[in-house]
Amino acid sequence: MLEIKNLHVEVEGTEILKGVNLNIKAGEVHAIMGPNGSGKSTLAQVISGRDVYDVTNGEISYLGKDLLDMEPDERAREGVFMAFQYPVEIPGVTNSYFLKTGLNEIRKHHGLETLDAADFLKFIKEKAKLLDIEPDMLNRSVNEGFSGGEKKRNEILQMAVLEPKLAIMDETDSGLDIDALRIVADGVNRLRNEDRAIIIVTHYQRLLNYIVPDYIHILLNGKIVKSGDKQLAFELEEKGYDQIKADYSSIKTKLEETV
Amino acid sequence: MALAIKENNQLYITSFEEFEKNINGEAKNWLKDLRRQALTRFDELGFPTTRHEEWKYTNISPIAKENFIHGTESDAGLVQKDAVKKFDYDGLDAHTLVFVDGHFNADLSLIGDLPEGVKVKSLAEAFQTDTDLLEQHLARYAPFQDDSFTALSTAFMNDGAYIYLPENAVIEKPIHLLFLASDRNEPFITYPRNLIIAGKHSKATIIETYAGTSDNRYFTNCVTEVFCDENAYIEHFKVQEESSNAYHISTTRVNQLANSNFVSNALDFGGLIVRNNPGAILNGEGVESTLNGLYLGTGRQLIDNHTTIDHAKPHCNSHELYKGVLDGSARGVFNGKIFVRLDAQKTDAKQTNQALLLSNTATIDTKPQLEIFADDVKCTHGATIGQLDQDAMFYLQTRGIERDMARDILTYAFASDIIDRITIKELRDYCHHRVLVKLQQDRLEGIDKE
Repeated sequence: MLEIKNLHVEVEGTEILKGVNLNIKAGEVHAIMGPNGSGKSTLAQVISGRDVYDVTNGEISYLGKDLLDMEPDERAREGVFMAFQYPVEIPGVTNSYFLKTGLNEIRKHHGLETLDAADFLKFIKEKAKLLDIEPDMLNRSVNEGFSGGEKKRNEILQMAVLEPKLAIMDETDSGLDIDALRIVADGVNRLRNEDRAIIIVTHYQRLLNYIVPDYIHILLNGKIVKSGDKQLAFELEEKGYDQIKADYSSIKTKLEETV
Repeated sequence: MALAIKENNQLYITSFEEFEKNINGEAKNWLKDLRRQALTRFDELGFPTTRHEEWKYTNISPIAKENFIHGTESDAGLVQKDAVKKFDYDGLDAHTLVFVDGHFNADLSLIGDLPEGVKVKSLAEAFQTDTDLLEQHLARYAPFQDDSFTALSTAFMNDGAYIYLPENAVIEKPIHLLFLASDRNEPFITYPRNLIIAGKHSKATIIETYAGTSDNRYFTNCVTEVFCDENAYIEHFKVQEESSNAYHISTTRVNQLANSNFVSNALDFGGLIVRNNPGAILNGEGVESTLNGLYLGTGRQLIDNHTTIDHAKPHCNSHELYKGVLDGSARGVFNGKIFVRLDAQKTDAKQTNQALLLSNTATIDTKPQLEIFADDVKCTHGATIGQLDQDAMFYLQTRGIERDMARDILTYAFASDIIDRITIKELRDYCHHRVLVKLQQDRLEGIDKE
C-alpha cells in the first residue's frame, strides 16, 4: 500500500530525514518509535502532505501512485488520514459541519451520494457514542476549548467517519491519561481490518500495550535503525533509546531491513 | 497638496440656492439659519484631502471632483417592488420606511400599529408636525464644525426617518429604514438624515439599510443622530449594500444619558469608497455602549471605519469589535478613538479590531487612538492583522477539503463571529448568505444551519 524509498527531507535547510525506507501492506499495523527530534513526526507530516517540508530525495508510492505529487486534500480523498499530534482549533466552524464537509468531499470523489444534514446527524451520533463523545461536542467549534483528551478523541472520531485506507496516528497518546488512552486505543482497534493500514508514531511503548502492532521500527536521527516485531518495544522499554543508539553506532550493522 | 479641495464649492452653493427656493419657503427661521450656517461652514472647509489627519488613508478626491446632481423629490427615480423585496430580509415583520433617492416613498412603505405617542415618519413630514422636538434635537449630536460631510448633510437635510419614542414606549417589531438608490444614469447625491429620539425607559430596534439597484455611480451622504434618554435601550443595525461604483459616507452620532444602552452592528458589503463615522457620547453614569462592525472588501473597494467612543461620565462600559475581510486590491482603514474624560472614573472600555487579508494586494491601515484623562479606568485595545491560519488550512485539507473551499470556510468562520451577534434571525441569515455570495462561493451551503 505504502512504499517509502530513500526519503530525504529538509526543513529550512536542515536535513531531518536521511534516507527512510518503509514498506507497509494493507491490514498491517506499524509502530514508528523514536526519541524527540528523531524525525518521526516529520515522516507523518510528509506523508499527509504538509508543505513546509522539502523532499530532497526519494519517493513515496501509495496504492501505486506518486503520493508526493498529490495535494493534501487529494491524499485525503484517496484515503490517507493523519490524526494530529496537536489538533488545530478552528473557531466559528462547528465540528459537525467540519466532519460532514470532509466526508461529503470524500464521498463525491468516490462517486457516492453526499449525506444530507439529517442522515449525517444519525451517522455521526452513532460513531460519537462508540468513542464516548458527548453529542454537545459536535455542535462546538472544531477543537475550540476541548481538553487534551477531547481533542484526541475527536481525531479518532474523524478517522471513524472518514474511514481511511491508511491512517497515521501522530503521537496520539501524548497527554492522555490512562482512561482516555484506553478509549482512543479501543477506537483504533475497532478500525483495524484487513483493508486498512495503520501507522502509529509514538515516543513511548505505553500505547502499544493497547494497540499491538505487527511491526515496530525505531527511528533515530532521521533513519530507521532497527525493525522488528512487538518484542522490540519491550527491548526498548528495558534498554531505553540511549542503549539502542549506542548499539547502533558501535555495531553499524545493516539495519534497514525491509519488512 | 492642499488640505482642502474647494474647486467644486460653487456647485454646492448653487444647488443649495435651488434647494432653498424649492423647500425652504415655509421653513422655520431656526432651520433656515441652521442650514445656512452649515453651508457656510462647508464653504470654508471644502472637501478634505489626504493631508488632513482624519482622512490620511482615504482619498475622497473622486467625490470632491464629481459634479453631482442635486435633485428635488420629483426627480427621484422609480424603484420596483422587487427591489424592496430584495432587501426586506426574507419578509421580516417590521415597520418599513422606504426612501428612494433620499425621499420617502409612502407607496413602498408599511408602518404598522404603534404604541400610543410613538412617532415613526419621514423627516420631511416631521418638519411640518414636530418642529419643537426637532429644534431641540436636530443637529445637536452630529457637529458639523469640523466635518465637511456633516456640514453638507445639515445644509441639505430634508428627508430621512424621524422616530420618537415617548417615556416607557416599547416597540416590539424592528423599524426598518430602507434607502434605495434608483437606476439613474447621472451621478446624483442624496442626503438621508435620520433622527431617533428615545425617551426614558423606551426600547426599539432599528435597521438602516442603504442599497443600490444598479451599478451606477452616486453618492449617499447620510447622517443619523440618536438620543438615548435615561434607561433607553436602542439596538441598531446598519447594512450597507450600495452599488459597486457608489460612494457612501455616513455619520452616526449617539448621545447616551444615564443607564441607557446602545448596541450597534454595522455591516459593510457594498460601495466603492465607503467611510463610516459611528460615535457615541456616554453622557451619564451606568451607560453601556457597543459598536460592532464587519466589512468585506473585494476588487478596488475602500472601506474606512472611524469610530469614536467618548466616556464623559463615570461607571460606563463600552465595547467595540470590528472585523474586516479584504481580498483583491481592496483597502481597509480602521481608526478607533476612545476618549476618557477627567470625570469618567471607573470606565471600562474595550476595543478590538481584526483584519484578515486574503490577497497580497489587499491592505489595511489600523490605528487605535486612546486619550485618557481619568486615572482609575480600564481600557484595552487590540489590533490584529493576519492571513489565513496555515495550520488550519492544512488541517481542513487533510480531511479532504480542497484549498479554495478551506479558505472560504475559514474566512466565513472569521466573519461569523460578528454575524452571530445579530439578534434578528432573518437579518442574521441574510448576512450569512451575503458573506457566502461575496466570497463568490455556493459550495458552503448549509454551514449556517448546523
